[in-house]
Formats: sequence, structure tokens, C-alpha cells
Amino acid sequence: MARLTPATRMGLSIAAAVGVYGVSFGALSTGSGLSVLQTCALSLLMFTGGSQFAFIGVIGGGGTGAAAWAAATLLGVRNGVYAMSLKTLIEPPGPLVPLMAHLTIDESTATATAQTDHDERVRGFWTAGIGIYVLWNASTLVGALAGDAIGDPRRWGLDGAAVAAFLGLLWPRLKGRDPVALAIVSALVTVIVLPIVPPGIPVLVAAGATALWWAWQQRRAAAR
Amino acid sequence: MNLWLWILLAVAAAYAIKLSGYLLPRRLLDRPVVIRLATGLTVGLLASLTILNTVGKGQAIVLDSRLLALGAAAIALWLKAPYLVVVLVGAFAAALGRLAGLP
Repeated sequence: MARLTPATRMGLSIAAAVGVYGVSFGALSTGSGLSVLQTCALSLLMFTGGSQFAFIGVIGGGGTGAAAWAAATLLGVRNGVYAMSLKTLIEPPGPLVPLMAHLTIDESTATATAQTDHDERVRGFWTAGIGIYVLWNASTLVGALAGDAIGDPRRWGLDGAAVAAFLGLLWPRLKGRDPVALAIVSALVTVIVLPIVPPGIPVLVAAGATALWWAWQQRRAAAR
Repeated sequence: MNLWLWILLAVAAAYAIKLSGYLLPRRLLDRPVVIRLATGLTVGLLASLTILNTVGKGQAIVLDSRLLALGAAAIALWLKAPYLVVVLVGAFAAALGRLAGLP
């Protein structure tokens, strides 16, 4: 067996953690009304946890497919930025780019960028990317089958698991005053428009408010 | 069937975004403007989805055991619990609330 480097060790431990919470995605997804096949398709083909949770969150809340699409897509924008920094750091050979793109997510990017050496970055990216892909999909299937079998998801607190899942994704990003203010504004906008607009739309209104905030920040920075 | 269409469209969009980061010229994306927008959008959307899943029920605001899940998850995160534990704590708090007869 090959010797484990710090990058491969970090990649594997993140993969193990992520793989386990794929179970909760699978269970929540079938609880939101998606079939087992649809749930597995999201993990196999979309493969970006935040967007997948957003998609089923909007559907589970009674939103339309179009609103779910928009929420998932907007949340995926950050992957484009990750891809750009990985391209700079790793300079991947052309034929590998399509596969690398599919594995470009929060965790694989974090593992690669945490290394200081080029070869370690490459190892970190692939270990985390492939490891998470395998475990995320296997655990999604397990969760989807379990979720299908247990009946009322509310009795098992699965709606509470969804709340915790989103808060857990948000939490590490709340460093500094600006992100906290932005999160509060976005949450308030969501609650205010919730009773007025159709299900699924509040998330998009909040995204619009976020973009306005961003434009305002730009102007403030330019004025300085 | 309609849902399948939106799933496939969302899958295609997610992949196109990832690929564009590798294929587009760097000067298009590598600007503080784009990076700040992506960071901000992520925070804004996740905050919205968190509160929506906590109090939303269709078009109504419903306060129920999910609030317990939010509080319990926040405490777990504050104690630096791993992500999986946070999710389980959320589920446990909501299930406990229901067991105690809360909505």
C-alpha cells in the first residue's frame, strides 16, 4: 500500500465525514418527495452538496422545479471560483479537466489549497474528490432507501436535520462582521416575503437582496 | 416527470459552472468583484434556506419543534462539533420535541 502523505490523509478523513452525512441527504431527499432514483441522480450527476440540499429544500417546501433549479444553480456559482483557483494552483493537463471539473467542490478545493507543495495539492485534490464521490454516492443510496422505509420523516426529526444541515453549511462562512450582517438581512428578507410570494421564491428574493448588498459594498469600496 | 426535467437542467447548470472556471480566461473570473459576489451569494442563500427550513411551511410561518433543532444545532456548532454530529443533534432535538407533544 502506498504511503499516506499529509494531503492524502486529509483527503481521506474529509471523505469519511462527508460520506456519512450523505445518509442524511438521501433520507431528507426522499422525505421531500423525490424518488430514490432522482435522489441518487442528484448525488451522481450534480455532486455539490449545498446545491443538492437547496434543490430538495425548495421542493420539500412546496416550491416549483424552476425555483429549485434557480436556488441550486445560484448556490453553485462558488464552484466556478474554486475551479479558477484550482486551475491556477494545479495547472491540470487538458484531458483531465472534464473529470476535475465534476469533482470541484468545497471539500476537494479546501484539501488542495491547504497544501503548500504542487504534488501534494494534486494528491489532495484527487484523494478528497474521488473519496468523497464514492462515499457520498454510496451513503446517499443508503439514506434514500432508509428514508423511503421509515415513513413520516417528521417523527424522526428529519425536518430538524435539514435545519441543522443548512446551519452547518452556513456556520463556517460567518467569519467577520459583513457575512453575519448579510446572513441576518437575508434571513429577515426571507421571513418577510415568505407569506406573500409563492413557495421557493423567498430564497430567490433573498439572493436578490444579497446581490443588492454586494452592489452597495462595491460602491462603498469605490468611494473610499 | 416534470421534476426529472428540472433535475437534469440543474445538473447541467452545476457542471457548466464548474467547467467554466477551468475554461474561461482567467481575467473574466479572477476579479475581487466576482469572488465577493460568489462568497456573498453563498452566505445569503444558505441563511435564507436555514430560516426557510426552520419556520416555513408552504406560504405560512409555523413555529414548531424545528426551532429546537435550530437552537440545538447552533449550540453543537458553537462547541465545534463535527458536521455529522450537528445534523444528528438537529434531528434528535426535533424528534424529542415531537415526542414531548410539541407540534
